[in-house]
Amino acid sequence: MSTQPEVAVGRPHERVDGRLKVTGRATYAADHAIDDVVFAVLVDSSIGRGRISSIDTAAAEEEPGVLGVLGHHNAPTLPYEDNADGSYNPPGRRLRVFQDDQVHFFGQPVAVVLAESLEAAQHAAHLVEVTYHVERPSTDLSTAIGAEPVTYVRGDAEAALDPAPVRLDLTYGLARNHHNPMEPHATIARWDRGRLTVWDKTQWVGDGTQRELATVFGLSTDDVHIVSPCIGGAFGSALRCWPHVAVAALAARETGRAVKLVMARRQLYFGVGYRPAYEYRLRLGAHRDGRLIGALHDIRAETSSYETFTEEVMVPGQMLYRTPAVHQVYRTVPLDVNTPTYMRGPGYVSAVHVLETALDELAHEIGIDPIELRARNEPVADPATGLPFSTRRLQECFTIGARVFGWADRDPEPGSTRDGDQLVGTGVAAAVYNTARTGARAAVRVRADGTAVIQTATTDMGPGTATALTQVAADELGLDMHDVTVHLGDSDLPQAPPHGASTTMASVGSAVHDGAHRVRRSAAELAVGDPCSPLHGADPTDVVATGGRLHLARDPRRNDSYQALLTRNGRAWLEATGLYTPPAEETRSMHAYGAIFVEVGVDHRLGLIRIRRMLGVYDAGRIINPRLAESQAIGGMVGGIGTALLEHTVTDHRDGRIVNPNLADYLVPVNADVPNLTAIFLDGRDDHADPIGVKGIGEVVQIGIAPAIANAVFHATGRRVRTLPITIEAMI
Amino acid sequence: MQPFDYLKVGSQAAALEAARRGGRFIAGGTCLVDLMREEVERPATLIDISALQMREIVATGRGGLRIGALVTMAAAAADPHIRTSYPLISEALELSASAQLRNMATIGGNVLQRTRCTYFRDLSAACNKRAPGSGCAAREGYNRSHAILGTSAECVATHPSDLAVALAALDAVIHLVSGSGSRRVAITDFLIRPGSAPEREHALRDAELITAVEVPALPRPVRSGYLKVRDRQSYEFALASAAVALATRDGVIRAARVAAGGVGTVPWRLHAVEQRLVGGWPSAQLWRFAAECAADGAEPLRHNAFKVDLLRRTVERQLRIVGQP
Ligand SMILES: Cc1cc2nc3c(=O)[nH]c(=O)nc-3n(C[C@H](O)[C@H](O)[C@H](O)COP(=O)(O)OP(=O)(O)OC[C@H]3O[C@@H](n4cnc5c(N)ncnc54)[C@H](O)[C@@H]3O)c2cc1C
Repeated sequence: MSTQPEVAVGRPHERVDGRLKVTGRATYAADHAIDDVVFAVLVDSSIGRGRISSIDTAAAEEEPGVLGVLGHHNAPTLPYEDNADGSYNPPGRRLRVFQDDQVHFFGQPVAVVLAESLEAAQHAAHLVEVTYHVERPSTDLSTAIGAEPVTYVRGDAEAALDPAPVRLDLTYGLARNHHNPMEPHATIARWDRGRLTVWDKTQWVGDGTQRELATVFGLSTDDVHIVSPCIGGAFGSALRCWPHVAVAALAARETGRAVKLVMARRQLYFGVGYRPAYEYRLRLGAHRDGRLIGALHDIRAETSSYETFTEEVMVPGQMLYRTPAVHQVYRTVPLDVNTPTYMRGPGYVSAVHVLETALDELAHEIGIDPIELRARNEPVADPATGLPFSTRRLQECFTIGARVFGWADRDPEPGSTRDGDQLVGTGVAAAVYNTARTGARAAVRVRADGTAVIQTATTDMGPGTATALTQVAADELGLDMHDVTVHLGDSDLPQAPPHGASTTMASVGSAVHDGAHRVRRSAAELAVGDPCSPLHGADPTDVVATGGRLHLARDPRRNDSYQALLTRNGRAWLEATGLYTPPAEETRSMHAYGAIFVEVGVDHRLGLIRIRRMLGVYDAGRIINPRLAESQAIGGMVGGIGTALLEHTVTDHRDGRIVNPNLADYLVPVNADVPNLTAIFLDGRDDHADPIGVKGIGEVVQIGIAPAIANAVFHATGRRVRTLPITIEAMI
Repeated sequence: MQPFDYLKVGSQAAALEAARRGGRFIAGGTCLVDLMREEVERPATLIDISALQMREIVATGRGGLRIGALVTMAAAAADPHIRTSYPLISEALELSASAQLRNMATIGGNVLQRTRCTYFRDLSAACNKRAPGSGCAAREGYNRSHAILGTSAECVATHPSDLAVALAALDAVIHLVSGSGSRRVAITDFLIRPGSAPEREHALRDAELITAVEVPALPRPVRSGYLKVRDRQSYEFALASAAVALATRDGVIRAARVAAGGVGTVPWRLHAVEQRLVGGWPSAQLWRFAAECAADGAEPLRHNAFKVDLLRRTVERQLRIVGQP
């Protein structure tokens, strides 16, 4: 059997939709030109907990252009069928818009104004008078009581720690972070004879949005059509179908017209989820040489009063290092807040921050190099499952990173290097993220004109999924990239998993690969059986394809083009559905890894921390497109800078109000905060992971950034700050 | 946004006439329109003054400079005369907002910009400045960015302008005109501390227009500059800032002008710091000694106590940057 050559995969191709995006022609959710839309603007609750006593809509309804106001006082009862396992709805009772008078959090939608113009709807939303029976909300993670915990026990950590020669007891506080994608959440909904179409910002047109809306309205999923061709960033915020989507659909049903609802920036701080705040106590015991003996993790994370959101915050502590005894207690703390959700590197970002700064503290405590400490705790197999690693090249990441970054020159003494008013320090941290795969399908069709179309219901929130899938399909079909078109972001297309958790290339990429493989095989079979084909009589497994021509691997002169073959045989196209099914049981431990190196300058008199340079070295399996991979890494690093130094959603615990719900007060890094960032991806592939050898990039690149920064800050100043973000007041 | 009438005027007389009938001037709109969107501001009429002739920067006979009220922040920052004679002004401007905003925003509007206190900008929160008598949510709320100087029981919001800090250091004068004639008010008298009436932020009378800002000449030779301390390196208001001008002759400081921003309910002139400087020899000890009194009288709140130290250190640093030979 001959192997199909790789031409496109591995090359830094430009985005296939790049031109569309930079010329402003990409259609994001609110950009779809739907006729005769009604504009919807939400009215949010101005209390943090209680009941609505009255909604006075008279003044709003008098405004010219206003069609009406919907709220619990006049909204129809909706089925809201159970959808526990269908989508990313966490356990609990999801928020049911306008179904009762209860207010669960500050900013909860309590009404929606519908008008002929956006301006009229916005103004009228201010005129809706809502009165409440107010109760005092509980929003403070540090004082509230946690729910029944989830625990993990390996060995007897408590007993192991007692006699440990080195012990650390560290408590961390991690702030709530919001995704803040550039594109706000937006929905256009329209009903056509009982069938609902929704143009939405969603990372999951399938179960996430289609099935959620079907259960809200009691429809068959066949009657719900979701369209999401372009997404202006999401980072997880669009993995769930949030209440405003149901509001838009409800309003469309009530008005009998298409309804467009675009969230204001402010509303994104309570209308969709966020990375929950954590309180994380970690007790570590180690030998004098740095080998870990045991770890006790006490984890508290916020969730809402109506849903229990959990994420993979326990995993890194179980598997990143050889730790004989581990005891973890993970407690969610129900608060009068809206439900958190997945945000880039969910769980891992938070847990790895704690682990990796704690390891730095340990290295300092016992006086060994932090990279050496990690090497001494390198496991031979997954410490949690006992499974062998598929590929784990973390130590190689550290070695290469140390060389490129110039780690060897480092004076380990904190506060030892000065540059003008800045104290200069360097820090490292490891990154890890699980390589998850999910079943996926893709339809692949090669047409008689020699072009191909790929269809799959994944979406592309920005990483360049459409481009990478085009590369995979082009190579497997033996077509030029510009002859391949990828259609995605439509629930009518073959089923795909949520576009998140770094699963897309592994799952959907493998399905595309499989579909393309099948089509090429059927083309080869057609050719060898066709007496008019130069390939007649050959063994189909010897046939490969490049540049649109099928040919013998050993003898390219015997060739036939897709175009000629299909035309001769009167076939308009050849098509196949590609499938990817993950193994029922894992036989390997599969993760992407990274080693992060950071240099900071700290103007300690003024408390100013400035990143001077940053390097990430990643073991992420096969890199389909180095340009996209680098852009993912840069984005992740910038996100990590935000988490480390700036990002913090602030709640006023007196009434549950978010105090900084805008991009002037919720600070994300600006260009001036971002220095030279370098990412290196180790060459290689992980053949255990999936047929195309990828391990996923999107999450791992945001993990380990914040601890590397915090460790560098310690090295620069000798000051250990265990709360994020590390602000000026913590430094002066 | 509340619906409003829009009127574009072609002359000062027309502007003042329109204002007398009620209405708000709009220049660059970068402050006002934001607040109108949130319905914090609800003018019934906007009087667009952007066509008026107030876009000149001219030298005054007395060796100072008159900057027209409609000069944009970008134009002022780029002006060669300002850059050479008043770097504290051009630096304060360049460290403000973003390039896009500076292209729109004007000098007059900048001085009159309203506070960034988030409770002021949130209609459902108590705010004496926005809704007199409703209380101050910031005093016991989240007040990290709020003032430590010049506060009152009723209001702790900062005046957010960087430019105004430089102007306060320079003893700048605001030129005003109304139907009853023109007048001049020192910037430090023009911007008013909240006291018991925080809704009153400045001395502008009804239907009165800012025509220019005049900066007097400084004793020479002089060096000046502006330092802004904030969490991120651009596009953020100051947590603390210092505008400093020092005139040194024969190795001795003959005149000093120092003002601070990000810490006061108005731009905070630091006369006590200036007094410690005059007659002194530039040295690390002098900078520290002078800056020690920068936060005198500060009344920190729950989340902004760090500003007390930060203010002293910011002033000290900027004295060194400007004054070190
Ligand atoms: C995101 C953001 C960041 C910013 N960051 C900074 C910063 O870091 N530092 C800083 O200093 N500023 C900052 N600003 C504020 C900005 O500088 C001001 O919004 C701007 O200077 C206002 O000028 P304008 O011409 O747009 O005023 P407008 O919005 O047009 O008017 C503001 C007010 O002044 C009145 N007015 C305007 N001109 C006159 C006149 N000639 N006579 C009488 N009344 C008049 C108006 O009636 C209105 O009340 C920022 C603003 C934004 C939106």
